[in-house]
Amino acid sequence: MEISGYYDREANLLDAVKKLRENNISIKDVFSPYPVHGLDLAMGLKRSWLPKAAFVGGAIGAISGFGLQAWVFTRAYPINIGGKPFLSVPSFIPVTFECAILFAALSIVLAYLFKSNLGAGADNKIYDERATDDHFVVVLDASNFVHNDAEKIKMKLEETGALDIKYHN
Amino acid sequence: MENIKLTFKFSKKIKIVLGSLILFGLIALAYGILNFSSEKVWSALVLNSVNFVTISLGATFFIAIHIITQSGWHVSLQRIPEAISMYLPIGAIILILMIFGINHVYHWTHEIHHDPVISGKEAYLNIPFFVIRLVIYLSVWTLLTLKLRKLSKNSDIDDGLKFYNKSRTYAALFLVFFAISIVIFAWDWLMSIEAHWFSTLFGWYVMAGVIVKSFALIIIVLAILRSLGYFEFITTDNIHDLARYLFSFGIFWMYLWFSQFMLIWYANLPEETFYFVKRVENYKFLFLLNVVLNFAIPFLVLIVRKFRRILWIVTSMAVIVFMGQWVDQYLMIFPGSMKEVQSIGFFDIGLTIGFFGLFLWVVLKSLTKANLLPENHPYLNESFHYKNI
Repeated sequence: MEISGYYDREANLLDAVKKLRENNISIKDVFSPYPVHGLDLAMGLKRSWLPKAAFVGGAIGAISGFGLQAWVFTRAYPINIGGKPFLSVPSFIPVTFECAILFAALSIVLAYLFKSNLGAGADNKIYDERATDDHFVVVLDASNFVHNDAEKIKMKLEETGALDIKYHN
Repeated sequence: MENIKLTFKFSKKIKIVLGSLILFGLIALAYGILNFSSEKVWSALVLNSVNFVTISLGATFFIAIHIITQSGWHVSLQRIPEAISMYLPIGAIILILMIFGINHVYHWTHEIHHDPVISGKEAYLNIPFFVIRLVIYLSVWTLLTLKLRKLSKNSDIDDGLKFYNKSRTYAALFLVFFAISIVIFAWDWLMSIEAHWFSTLFGWYVMAGVIVKSFALIIIVLAILRSLGYFEFITTDNIHDLARYLFSFGIFWMYLWFSQFMLIWYANLPEETFYFVKRVENYKFLFLLNVVLNFAIPFLVLIVRKFRRILWIVTSMAVIVFMGQWVDQYLMIFPGSMKEVQSIGFFDIGLTIGFFGLFLWVVLKSLTKANLLPENHPYLNESFHYKNI
């Protein structure tokens, strides 16, 4: 079971997230139509690992870009270009660089889609249509709650200015 | 805020240290005059005076670019680049003194009538026009720098916003003039050493180097002042931003260096390649060291976010970049002005230490003349409270 609270103001949302966490109520997720400043801090999220994915992707791209050229120009199809040696590193740098950028960018996109469960075939629950328009949604996991807990949480949500509270099965 | 020191005291101890650095430089200079040819001595003097003049110019660039973009993150440390830019008048005088030595460094000054290539460039490369250009850009740089400093100092006693708005005009004028004049400066003082050679990218490449080394010096001076117990109010986010500058402009410098090198290497025209042939064949170690110090080490270290927020790591990267830029400048000047292959020794390093002592003396002296915090600056609060992702 899940409980969701609806807010229409950023300030109320941030306040609610802080208060719920102070009361040891763990937040499953927050949905918002646009990025809210300070929300990740308030939710206590860890730093994103996307930069690391970008670095790894970039390093793979650089190595494979360079490797491809080295293989093509020395083994597969050596051509004499302007009397330069077959393995002429300076002329490989631009392609290596571009491959690093391309792979880094693509690996961020893929890592992002993977991490946020988006992309083709993803099945995400939409708690309420309003979350895509002008409302913020705080979702709490209530599967382990007994009856009283749910009441208490409902009160807390109301205290923090939730406009609407819904139960989901 | 009570314990924070808002004025800088130029204590006797620091004066003695800096004085001995300057003395060390003078001993190195005397040693050089006694032991080496006049070409080598003048080349080293030109290297150091150009180096430190452009560093203080880059500090004015730092101030101007932040005024024009209305940014607020740098305000708490703004007095450091301001103090660095105050070296400009003194550096300008030293650079003007270098005119007496141009015969020893720039071979176009005396070969103009025997050399068909150089005599073809005579309309631009002649001593009177060289001096006129020098006086024009040095005086405009100095006037605008002094004006910006005066407006910033005035804001301490009066309404900050009024002087800030005024300084926007001068900052815009400076930036436009800087972009054009630094290119001409690079042609005059660095590219014309190899008067036969030309590269259209050279001016921008020098400009990137100027910017990156003045940012490095801002970090070094900040670290020195921090170790003396000043600028305790600088936040980790300020350091993070300075480190980002060092990182990104280091990449920009590498990009321009490589663009220049690769196009010349690829086209393989003899009138262009001889510049690199000389440097790769005779100075192979320095040639590679240049790329390692300026790009490889800072890139691989500062790419880690955690390291960008630790002052001592950022400072050591700044020192490495500063040395790398020194090597870069050395490679621009010495292979061109000297016929025999040179090696870096006590003289070259000692002279730079002496110049650094003088530079730091002027910087610290001008720090005493204003509060360490521009208290009426309209964006002062932002620099304490913003957060970096």
